[in-house]
Amino acid sequence: MGLKLKQSYRHSVTVRVNEQMGTKRGYTFIQANRAWLPKFLLLWVMVMAFLSAWIYKNMDDDNKVRRKEVLSSMCDQRARMLQDQFGVSVNHVHALAILVSTFHYYKDPSAIDQETFAEYTARTAFERPLLSGVAYAERVRLSEREKFERQHGWTIKTMKREPSPIRDEYAPVIFSQETVSYIESLDMMSGEEDRENILRARATGKAVLTSPFRLLGSHHLGVVLTFPVYKSKLPPKPTMEERIEATAGFLGGAFDVESLVENLLGQLAGNQAILVNVYDITNSSDHLIMYGHQNQDGDLALFHESKLDFGDPFRKHQMICRYHQEAPTSWTALTTAFLFFVICLLVGYILYGAAIHIVKVEDDFHEMQELMVRAEAADVAKSQFLATVSHEIRTPMNGILGMLALLLDTDLSSTQRDYAQTAQVCGKALITLINEVLDRAKIEAGKLELETVPFNLRSILDDVLSLFSEKSRNKGLELAVFVSDKVPEMVMGDPGRFRQIITNLVGNSVKFTERGHIFVKVHVAENPKPIDDAKAETCLNGGSDEGALISGGRQFNTLSGYEAADEQNSWDSFQHLFNAEALQNDASGKMTVADEASQSVTLMVSVEDTGIGIPLIAQERVFTPFMQADSSTSRNYGGTGIGLSITKCLVELMGGHISFISRPQVGSTFLFITTFGRCKKASLSDTKKSNAEDLPSSFRGLKAIVVDGKPVRAVVTRYHLKRLGMLVEVANNVKIAASACGKNSSSCGSKIQPDIVLVEKDSWLSGEDDSSSLQRLDWKQNGHMFKLPKMILLATNITNAELEKAKAAGFADTTIMKPLRASMIAACLQQVLGTGKKRQLGKGMLNGSSVLGSLLCGKKILVVDDNIVNRRVAAGALKKFGAAVECAESGKAALKLLRLPHSFDACFMDIQMPEMDGFEATRRIRMMESQTNEQMNGGTDKGSGRKDEWHLPILAMTADVIHATSDECLKCGMDGYVSKPFEEENLYQAVAKFFETKPISDS
Amino acid sequence: MDIVNQLQRQFIDHSTSLHREGIVDDQFTELQKLQDENSPDFVVEVVSLFFEDSEKLLNNMARALEQAQGVDFKQVDASVHQLKGSSSSIGAMRVKNACIAFRSFCEAQNREGCLRCLQKVTHEYSLLKNKLQSLFRLEQQILAAGGSIPVAK
Repeated sequence: MGLKLKQSYRHSVTVRVNEQMGTKRGYTFIQANRAWLPKFLLLWVMVMAFLSAWIYKNMDDDNKVRRKEVLSSMCDQRARMLQDQFGVSVNHVHALAILVSTFHYYKDPSAIDQETFAEYTARTAFERPLLSGVAYAERVRLSEREKFERQHGWTIKTMKREPSPIRDEYAPVIFSQETVSYIESLDMMSGEEDRENILRARATGKAVLTSPFRLLGSHHLGVVLTFPVYKSKLPPKPTMEERIEATAGFLGGAFDVESLVENLLGQLAGNQAILVNVYDITNSSDHLIMYGHQNQDGDLALFHESKLDFGDPFRKHQMICRYHQEAPTSWTALTTAFLFFVICLLVGYILYGAAIHIVKVEDDFHEMQELMVRAEAADVAKSQFLATVSHEIRTPMNGILGMLALLLDTDLSSTQRDYAQTAQVCGKALITLINEVLDRAKIEAGKLELETVPFNLRSILDDVLSLFSEKSRNKGLELAVFVSDKVPEMVMGDPGRFRQIITNLVGNSVKFTERGHIFVKVHVAENPKPIDDAKAETCLNGGSDEGALISGGRQFNTLSGYEAADEQNSWDSFQHLFNAEALQNDASGKMTVADEASQSVTLMVSVEDTGIGIPLIAQERVFTPFMQADSSTSRNYGGTGIGLSITKCLVELMGGHISFISRPQVGSTFLFITTFGRCKKASLSDTKKSNAEDLPSSFRGLKAIVVDGKPVRAVVTRYHLKRLGMLVEVANNVKIAASACGKNSSSCGSKIQPDIVLVEKDSWLSGEDDSSSLQRLDWKQNGHMFKLPKMILLATNITNAELEKAKAAGFADTTIMKPLRASMIAACLQQVLGTGKKRQLGKGMLNGSSVLGSLLCGKKILVVDDNIVNRRVAAGALKKFGAAVECAESGKAALKLLRLPHSFDACFMDIQMPEMDGFEATRRIRMMESQTNEQMNGGTDKGSGRKDEWHLPILAMTADVIHATSDECLKCGMDGYVSKPFEEENLYQAVAKFFETKPISDS
Repeated sequence: MDIVNQLQRQFIDHSTSLHREGIVDDQFTELQKLQDENSPDFVVEVVSLFFEDSEKLLNNMARALEQAQGVDFKQVDASVHQLKGSSSSIGAMRVKNACIAFRSFCEAQNREGCLRCLQKVTHEYSLLKNKLQSLFRLEQQILAAGGSIPVAK
């Protein structure tokens, strides 16, 4: 089943990886159209070119329209002025005609003659600036010709200055302005245009114009204006015949159109720019030019026509204006369009570049993602590999442990037993470590869950110490642990993780330390301020004391005398804390109450070493995985550098934080602060029992003297002895101890009479010269007939020669090798004092079993498993712990047995069973229970008020150690799970959860 | 007394070799620990239960795998699971490991592989049976010679 799960897990991983790749592959719009990008750019450029062409055209058209408007307005202006001036002249000629008619015909005799006319017209010539001259021609019929010729004394001539041939009528000029005097006596009827004019004029009675022709005098182009002059007043509405009849003569004037227009244009602005032509368009097919050049130059494309009305309805005139030059190219429009195009081109290119960049970045991104997925897959593979390898290592380790267990059951000396026990503990720790390697994968996946179970912090620290004792002994290091008295015996937390943290830190320290000591300290971190305040005080206080104590100038007040990195945290604060604790012990009552009140306790754990330290540059990345101080470190010391990163993870997971102080070549001190729960009183009493069995109580009340020159070390020794319930005194050297003994003994043992004297090897060696004192000590004891105190030598490492010497010097009893552990001291003391029995030691070892025994004893337990062998083994194991076991071979059989009210205290259920599996069976049991609970609550609501509803603890048995099934177990109503086959610790943890709270007598 | 010592040494050698060769693991030691005054024949009892059960299961598997076509792999898998469970319970490590391989072939429905594994499991099983039986024999001899079993505790 485990395999199946593992496979499905692997399967799910690959599926997830695929999904990830699938979903992250969502292309963006740009990415999807990447092939089209150059085409988009081309299209954009084309569109923009088109657009700028359009803009150019628009602006150009605008210009043209404006040009045209300017032209038309100029043209119209010119036409109007010409027309006005012409009109003025025509009016004046009209007035002249009336003058002639008034004074020549109504007066008799005529008031006008040639002279008068000439003078008058010359003097009023300014009124008719456009007329080169005016003349009056009288109408002479053929019958009157002779009389007329006679009267004037000249013959009527034609235009060609020949005597006029005979006609019906004549119109000889009789009065003329001086400027045109050459036409006097010429018959106006002889000229084609004039004749036509005359005929039209008398028929209409209005001013009429000839078509343009070359004038006689100036050879300019001109027109002749003719007014009829009537000799009698006409009727109000005269007919044409009446007009013809009444006609007396004709007044005519020649308009010099050419000079007229020339003058006019000269007065106006913009004369140079435009070209003006005036046409007579009476005959619409043949336009006669009146002004301007016939050959058309200038801008032929653009012209404007303006109508001219010169007052003759018969004739039509028009003015045509042109620009001299072609329309200039519009630079504004051109540059605008061009700039627009350029800008658009640039914008297009920028967009294109951006798109290309996006595509590239996205490509890179996808590549990275793929790499990441691959890396993650590799990580999963690595974790699986680790799991497999760890599993493979476990198998031979089990063999080793089994053999050690066999060995321990044989008859061994205490040293041998200690070695074998150490080997076994180390082996167990190794297996734990392997499990921790398995957990590493979980830490990385963030799936690690912390347990909250009560555990004994001190024994864990002892275990860790024993794990490294061999190494430290070989290196000659002092390895010691000290736990302040204020730290509760049992705390709630995750013992495995705590042990892992300590193991990592101590392991690191051992690895990097060649001389000196490694010191693990645990105390309660309360409000740190008072400590700081008091520290100064302690320094002052301690100053004089210590001065006496320290022999060498270069000795430091640390465990081994070597300098430690974190000076503040070493002796001063240590001593202070120790003093504070002593104080507190005196006034313990109040404080403990306060302590008990709080739910949690914050512990400050420091691991101090005198190793090589961490280089300053490397200190930043100490907690980064796989980072050792430098590459040479791993060459010299080995290791992966992952320990500290895991440690940091774990500490943070526990809600604490870790820090360190390190000085190269001096040492490092790692310090972490974390919070544990306090054990509840009820459970405390339960577990205390087990704890008490941990250490033999037979030494309670014994008195001991510790002889040690180094106060820190002495305190550590005292701590261990105190744990055994002994009363301890500390002496600085052998002499003091001896004198103390002497004094005590001389006062008849009213005070301390030591049962044991523990002497530190250093102190013994320094006091060796004065070995007589030891003898004296012995002697004195002898002399006073007291029980001989046992002399015990404490040493980190000792040579055989030294050992012999020690034996000779009186340490015949035993030598305790450091690091000190309470259980080890107990073992040695048992040997020395002869109080202990071997059985007791063995019992201490089997501590878990006895605890389980106390938990399970007398319980009635149902084991459900379809496999008869499994059933039998499980039953056997549970019976061993004193439980009454019944078996069921299937889920259905279990259901039958589990009718309410329950007669069982717990049920161990296999998960995979035919017909009805463990989950289903549990579900049904829970259903049954909840129904009954409801009924009970409904029935006896006010009753006994027991909240203790029916709930049978059901534990799954599974071969799958990984937490994978745990959720499922809990989901279907199980209370937990145990591994199959049972492992004691695991079983204990699972069972402790619900048996602990109930007192044993309850069942 | 000499004979007892010799037998005891033999017994230790034998059980050490069992562990060394990986035929049994520490679960078997645990099992031995479970044997006390209240249940003096616990190990023998459980192990013979195991033998009975296993032989039945092995026969089942062999029969199921005999069919050339339409092998009921589910049934085979269930049998292997049973065998794996019980072997793990008594600490028969090599049988258990063989079962693990067997199950993967069952899942893949690979008849060839299954047959091979069945052979392997059967082999491991008979090896275990031989070794354990000789161990028990030694035990009997020691008891008969009036000695105590050295590692029974």
